[in-house]
Amino acid sequence: MTQWESVIGLEVHIQLRTESKIFSGASTKFGSDPNVQACSIDIALPGVLPVCNLEAVRMAVKFGLAVGATINRKSIFERKNYFYPDLPKGYQISQYQIPIVSGGSLETEVEGESKVVGLTRAHLEEDAGKSLHEQFEHATGIDLNRAGTPLLEIVSEPEIRSAAQAADYMRKLRSLVTYLGICDGNMQEGSLRCDANVSVRPVGQEELGTRTELKNINSFRFVEKGIEVEIERQIDILESGGTIIQETRLFDTKHNVTRPMRGKEDAQDYRYFPDPDLPPLVVSEDFVEDVRKELPELPNARKERFMEQLGLSESDAGQLTQSRELADYFEEALGDAPENAKSVANWINVELTSYLNKSGLSIQDSKVNAITIGMIVTCIAEGIISGAGGKTLLQALWENPQQSVEAVIIEKGLRQMDDAEELQRLVDLVIRDNPEQVQKVKDGNAKILGYLVGQVMKLSKGKANPKSVNESLRNKLGI
Amino acid sequence: MITVNTDISTISQALQRGDFSSVELCKEYLRRISINSDLNAFITLNESCALEQAKKIDEKRSRSKFNVLAGIPIAHKDIFCTQGLLTTCGSKILSNFVSPYDASVVAKLKEKQTILLGKTNMDEFAMGSSSEHSYFGPVKNPWDMTLVPGGSSGGSATAVAAGLIPAATGTDTGGSIRQPAALCGITGIKPSYGRVSRFGMVAFASSLDQAGIFARSAKDAAFLIDAMCGFDLNDSTSLNVEPPQCVDSLEQPHNKLTIGVPEEYFAEGLDASVGDVIQQALSEFESLGARLVKLRMPNSKAAIPCYYVIAPAEASSNLSRFDGVRYGYRSDSGQDLREMYRKTRSEGFGPEVQRRIMIGTYVLSHGYYDAYYLKAQKVRRLISEDYRLAFEECDLIMGPTTPTTAFKIGAKMDDPVLMYLNDIYTAAVNLAGLPAMSIPAGFDRSGLPVGLHIVAPYLQEAKLLRAAHLFQQHTDHHLKSPVEYS
Repeated sequence: MTQWESVIGLEVHIQLRTESKIFSGASTKFGSDPNVQACSIDIALPGVLPVCNLEAVRMAVKFGLAVGATINRKSIFERKNYFYPDLPKGYQISQYQIPIVSGGSLETEVEGESKVVGLTRAHLEEDAGKSLHEQFEHATGIDLNRAGTPLLEIVSEPEIRSAAQAADYMRKLRSLVTYLGICDGNMQEGSLRCDANVSVRPVGQEELGTRTELKNINSFRFVEKGIEVEIERQIDILESGGTIIQETRLFDTKHNVTRPMRGKEDAQDYRYFPDPDLPPLVVSEDFVEDVRKELPELPNARKERFMEQLGLSESDAGQLTQSRELADYFEEALGDAPENAKSVANWINVELTSYLNKSGLSIQDSKVNAITIGMIVTCIAEGIISGAGGKTLLQALWENPQQSVEAVIIEKGLRQMDDAEELQRLVDLVIRDNPEQVQKVKDGNAKILGYLVGQVMKLSKGKANPKSVNESLRNKLGI
Repeated sequence: MITVNTDISTISQALQRGDFSSVELCKEYLRRISINSDLNAFITLNESCALEQAKKIDEKRSRSKFNVLAGIPIAHKDIFCTQGLLTTCGSKILSNFVSPYDASVVAKLKEKQTILLGKTNMDEFAMGSSSEHSYFGPVKNPWDMTLVPGGSSGGSATAVAAGLIPAATGTDTGGSIRQPAALCGITGIKPSYGRVSRFGMVAFASSLDQAGIFARSAKDAAFLIDAMCGFDLNDSTSLNVEPPQCVDSLEQPHNKLTIGVPEEYFAEGLDASVGDVIQQALSEFESLGARLVKLRMPNSKAAIPCYYVIAPAEASSNLSRFDGVRYGYRSDSGQDLREMYRKTRSEGFGPEVQRRIMIGTYVLSHGYYDAYYLKAQKVRRLISEDYRLAFEECDLIMGPTTPTTAFKIGAKMDDPVLMYLNDIYTAAVNLAGLPAMSIPAGFDRSGLPVGLHIVAPYLQEAKLLRAAHLFQQHTDHHLKSPVEYS
């Protein structure tokens, strides 16, 4: 039986986080009433002209530098001509022959194996508006708020070999662009959109198979699922002797299948030509160097630092550096107590993450702030509360973030027993009441010691410090 | 109070002295416009707003010093967006379009307190050389109502030639200011590409379009050119350089002028009687101390073919926004989106515009792009190079503006190529982005005006106007006007 290899290339559009649009001064804010953020340039009134937003250029350069690409000192805006009601000028201003960014690469990781994916290019272009087909009967509404929002289209080489790797590429890309502060990474709002070119070929074959372009895969899950389904479809066809048609397909998320896009689209001729309204985009050496200075610590470097300097495991460090916000949160929680790194990482990656997931919040919207997490970990480290007490504390604070850490500790009686005499009294009591177990411990059965610690904890109603209990028992029993 | 030839300085002084008010002046020009409506020079009048504005200027005048242009009536070609007024571009597709904003040129001239009396008729979307291709009907030449005034800025040219307005704006993509200026016997100038902001000027061919002015003399034109030029942040192709100081340099003494005369401009196709008039004008320059040198412009033949690839290519894309979706005319008989587009654009655009959209779409199409558009861009560089070399030999280049004087209305409507050849001497200048003008040089055997075409090196508008002014100080061709209107 033939072994198949899948070949995937991704085209990812990211919305750049500029205040204003790429060729006009209108705001780029998401979620306003239809058409209130479309100025005369965005709606393409007669006579208006585009002026390039330097902030968008700066962001594109930043991306290029971060992926080790070539920044083209002179790039060209061209017109991509086609008619559609949400494309007001009848053409989209985009870069075609000479993009601002060429080359570069991104590292992906699947099942512990790291692989570099080459980038073909990244180019600047403007977004179109939105057609609203559902809201109106017998009519289509046009909302041009999005028209002219700056996009960076990032095109990968066909070097991705599995759906899982494609999903990881998206995760890495999202992490990078949020780190760079050039995109908010919000996939629900369409800030990050992905199309995939998918083909399969027998393992060992040089020549690429016929590809399909897959749309509507705008979440990590859909990227993976959609590509997976499309690969299976292509293999099924080829194995039953059929051929793949080059076409654009949509991922139907509900039925978990891909379908050809409505009707047969005529082969569009976009009649690209250099936009005579915009001179070539020239970026100077100084400009590039200025941007280079603004580059933040990138995810990989930060992950390495977390591992080397703070001793975090690769998985903890990897999880924390998934987004800039999360890594920032971690470092803020840690403060200047690097010795707590492992437990702070654990509290964020396990406890806090479970609360965030349950309520569908991102780290930026966490009800418990980083300083508080830091305090919880410090309280445990200093023996003020127990680990279990910490969990109770976090839960209470999550439910009522107004309360102070101290107030909850007092109210819930979480403070551990620090009265040595009282502890001695309880230890003596447990030794007296459990002669059989004491004997076993003395005979060398260390496991039973845990039982005795538990008994003391029970008597203290959980307030004793298990470490002290342990020490005290060992002293008394002479082991 | 005024004659067709009263110049702007004279009017301005009279206003300043209080000989008459700006309101009276505007009323006089509005009267002239109204009794000469058969010329069809205007599409829209701005009567009540204009008089209100004139009144305000009159009230303030006694209290402060005014610039020369304050209170002077002007007209804009209907290609410039004017806030609150129709801006039709001579097209059905924009026949209901009221602009919510002013073009930069309009704003600049408003700042100088000129008064906008109305919007002038034109070839639809500035595509044409006769001003017959207008949804609002053809414009007539005041020298002979059966003749065309030239185009595309024919309404502005006719209005100035007939004394309906002292000056009017135009746009020049391949000759649309200079050719009608020549055919109407007035002064018309197109500055260097990038001098005047294109923001708010409805685009025909973005890399060639440039706004300019029609006036009764080079001196009047200088006042307006100084006011119109200047950097504009809203136009990425606008030049960030100091505006020219044309008025100040008009009277400066001339260094000995060397005038280049390209042989190619006097070859086949040039009407003999036009050629004679131009030779006389050149002799006049010689008698004023200029030296004439013969030039070769080997690529000038390629100008028209090159122009008719690049201009339609850009136009086909520029005109895509007129789709009936957001503003302008929309056909209501379309059953679906595609049909709405098709019907709107087939009904909304006239035949010449449709022809150029077709040509432009063709030359940009996959498989033809290299052979046409890319080739034309290369030819364009060769044409610029011709000029660069020529200006190593001379200060200015002169020749006829057009091969013939004004022709009959309808004569070239069925032969687009014949119509396109009207721009044979002018289009190359747009391809090279240079400043150029046409000034009255005399009259042909049938008494029709002939235009002298003067081209200057890049950004040398002041030199251009100074030469024209020199000529006009020693000749009276520019003072002649059709009998009925003088």
